[in-house]
Amino acid sequence: MDVILFLIFAIIAVVCAVNVVVQTHPISSAISLIGVMASLAVLYLLLGAEFIAMAQIIVYAGAVMVLFVFVIMLLNAGAESKRGRSLMAQLLGMPLLIAFLALASYFIQRLYPTGAIVHFGVFQGGSAQSVGMALFTTYLLPFEVTSVLILIGIVGAVVLARKELP
Amino acid sequence: MSGVPLAWYLILSAVLFSLGIAGFLFRKSVITIFMSIELMLNAVNLSFVAFSYQLKQVNGHIFTFFVMVVAAAEAAVGLAIILTVFKNRSTLNVDELNSMKN
Repeated sequence: MDVILFLIFAIIAVVCAVNVVVQTHPISSAISLIGVMASLAVLYLLLGAEFIAMAQIIVYAGAVMVLFVFVIMLLNAGAESKRGRSLMAQLLGMPLLIAFLALASYFIQRLYPTGAIVHFGVFQGGSAQSVGMALFTTYLLPFEVTSVLILIGIVGAVVLARKELP
Repeated sequence: MSGVPLAWYLILSAVLFSLGIAGFLFRKSVITIFMSIELMLNAVNLSFVAFSYQLKQVNGHIFTFFVMVVAAAEAAVGLAIILTVFKNRSTLNVDELNSMKN
């Protein structure tokens, strides 16, 4: 059952991620990205991270992607032209990317050959209670700094997006 | 009861990260490049959660939480910058946004 669920949602995630890259219209890319985030939330649940899965749905698929779709609609962004990026990126990018992926997969296989198996329900530490306990005791200072960062983000967005004063 | 090897999660994370890099390198629209960055952040989050499972510690979840918060702030500021750039230059193509080049 674990393997079936993992394979279904991993395939959905990879197909949607490929779609993000190959679609020419930004709104299609945004919708595909929402698909990636939703399937990643299911994979988080399989790994026992309940709080993070819900935060992924609410924060990423809800808030951040709505912001993206708003901006795409606001700018009326059409399909991008077909002319490619610089020749260097085209020629060097793909081989280096494949080399990176092959090396990463090789070392992951070397690191975790067979012993590490993920069973659903074994790890119980991902509930809101344990995450909140760690967040408000061990990681209290970073949490408070994060709230300042969010405040700076709000002020920055307002300052950047306001109308120019006459 | 059969389980999924941890390496599959990590390889899925690497694949998603590579697709994010591919989008970053080969796309021209600023908004799509920004979405590729979000895709890479998501891939890293998946490996954080997978390692958190393997080590049976909640720390990886905390880091994922912080990455999410930073990504939300980054999206707000970044999209505001994109709006301003579009207002001034009326283009979203990164090849034409080269006023700092000369």
